Amino acid sequence: MHGMVSRGSLWMADFLGPEEWAAVWLSLKVAFWATLISLPFGVVVAMMLARGRFWGRGLLNIVVHLPLVMPPVVTGYLLLLGFGRSGPLGQAFESLFGLIFAFRWTGAALAAAIMGFPLMVRAIRLGLESVDCNLEQAAATLGATRLRVFTTITLPLILSSVVVGAVLGFAKAMGEFGATITFVSNIPGQTQTIPLAIDLLLEVPGGEPLALRLAVVSVAIAMGALAISELLSRRLRGGGL
Amino acid sequence: MTLVVSLKHAFDGFTLDAQFTAPVGLTALFGPSGSGKTTVINAIAGLLRPSHGRIVVEDRVLFDSTQRINVPVARREIGYVFQDARLFPHMSVARNLAYGGQHNAGQVVRMLGLESVLDRRPARLSGGERQRVALGRALMRNPRILLLDEPLSALDAPRKAEIMPYLERLRDATDVPILYVSHDVSEVARLANHIVLLDQGQVRLSGPIDDVLSSTVAAPYFGSGEAGAVITGRVVGYDGDDQLTAVTISKGRLMLPGDLGPVGTLVRVRVPAQEVILSLHRPTGMSALNVIEAQITGLGQEHGSGVAVGLQSGNDRLLARVTRRSAAAMGLATGMTVFALIKATAVPAHDVTTGGTGRDQMARR
Repeated sequence: MHGMVSRGSLWMADFLGPEEWAAVWLSLKVAFWATLISLPFGVVVAMMLARGRFWGRGLLNIVVHLPLVMPPVVTGYLLLLGFGRSGPLGQAFESLFGLIFAFRWTGAALAAAIMGFPLMVRAIRLGLESVDCNLEQAAATLGATRLRVFTTITLPLILSSVVVGAVLGFAKAMGEFGATITFVSNIPGQTQTIPLAIDLLLEVPGGEPLALRLAVVSVAIAMGALAISELLSRRLRGGGL
Repeated sequence: MTLVVSLKHAFDGFTLDAQFTAPVGLTALFGPSGSGKTTVINAIAGLLRPSHGRIVVEDRVLFDSTQRINVPVARREIGYVFQDARLFPHMSVARNLAYGGQHNAGQVVRMLGLESVLDRRPARLSGGERQRVALGRALMRNPRILLLDEPLSALDAPRKAEIMPYLERLRDATDVPILYVSHDVSEVARLANHIVLLDQGQVRLSGPIDDVLSSTVAAPYFGSGEAGAVITGRVVGYDGDDQLTAVTISKGRLMLPGDLGPVGTLVRVRVPAQEVILSLHRPTGMSALNVIEAQITGLGQEHGSGVAVGLQSGNDRLLARVTRRSAAAMGLATGMTVFALIKATAVPAHDVTTGGTGRDQMARR
């Protein structure tokens, strides 16, 4: 067992250098947190867009979808203006939670979350729109509060859509480039995710073989994420709640 | 407990203006589709907010537009059985049943015969089982009023027949008012103690079921083929050779097809007005087995060529439907004595109810 592990680590060390592995782990960390933190917001916004009847719903819809249609560089630049150390939101987060985004991995996660958000919301919203509102009505006649209706009826029925949304957000976060590099730059070990590392390797003479290997890792992670989501949503649909 | 409803609501060029009271027992909200039945029931449930009105269950005000009271759906303590059951697809039958509460859980499961399907998902239930689960779910909430919105309309005849006894048992066992939306006369005649006739958003007639069914005023609303009064009688014997049961009614005797139970059994029979023939003299030499002497209590104009004739024979009331021409030729008038002829085979089997329910219904009135 021990031999296998060390042989495995040796193989890993051969395949990519420490800086590249750092980029892989950073990408996973950034994508994981970006997805985890944005998911509850994604569900809430999808609920508001699918069910809400309020003034400004159209505007919210546009704002949510902006990162999908704006040049990523523009999104990154706006993030820099808003969440940079001298930006109003950046200062607010720093003084309230001690959270700094500028040139940190947290900033990369923020950029990834914002860029993946529209995809996530769209997937969850599709699920919500297919839920029979009559079931929610029936639950209300049985005495369920709105919160209980949501947690016991709506959420379980859209769970597979939430999984799909999370995987889309995760995949987007893994591949985010433009907004990230504009907002938090390309700092090895801090903000250099896989796409940024590949970009840098392609500029360095002789860096191409390593770039290709990174690309292989990237494809493997993407396929793994898809497989897990497929498995999860099949389990959920099968009713193994 | 009693339900008192007074509603005014206008929408899509349709105006609902309905007042009625539903006492303990089963009150049928009867009317053609588009008459506003579901609107009424949804307003009681709180799923729809009427523009004006007042809804009170016993002493609890659920809605009052002048006092600005509008209790939210979740706190109305109602049991609502929807036409399409609306079971939660991701939960087992047991979890569906327990969703609104656990009141009398064991008893409800036993009464509705659900022991064997508790672990199943709704997708694996038959239509009849689904409605039974929906009914059980509403009952286990321990509601102060039960609202049933055409719970049988999506089912075929055998499934209907399967659920009917459960509904009868429920009606006789509970002291909660049941409001039952339906447009099926035979269903209503069999299940209801009271009836509210709704037409174009207005209550045309309401009262004890036997009074309304035998009323010449109500007959047009049931349709010429469906109108018919209910007679209550008691089994006095069964002729196995001819397969006919003899039933005494307050003045006379009826022969009905099939074995309707041992001597003494109470029988409720709905006699379609269409199948009653009137004669001025006691007829002889004909095949109809049942001849009842009766007095005409009223004549009601119907649409088309028909006339509804109300009849009283002792305590029993009958409704006959004859052509206007016959009525004129015979000179039918209120107070006249006539003979009503009923073919034994004209009484459909599903319109005969046996057992103790007849006594309960009479006692309740």
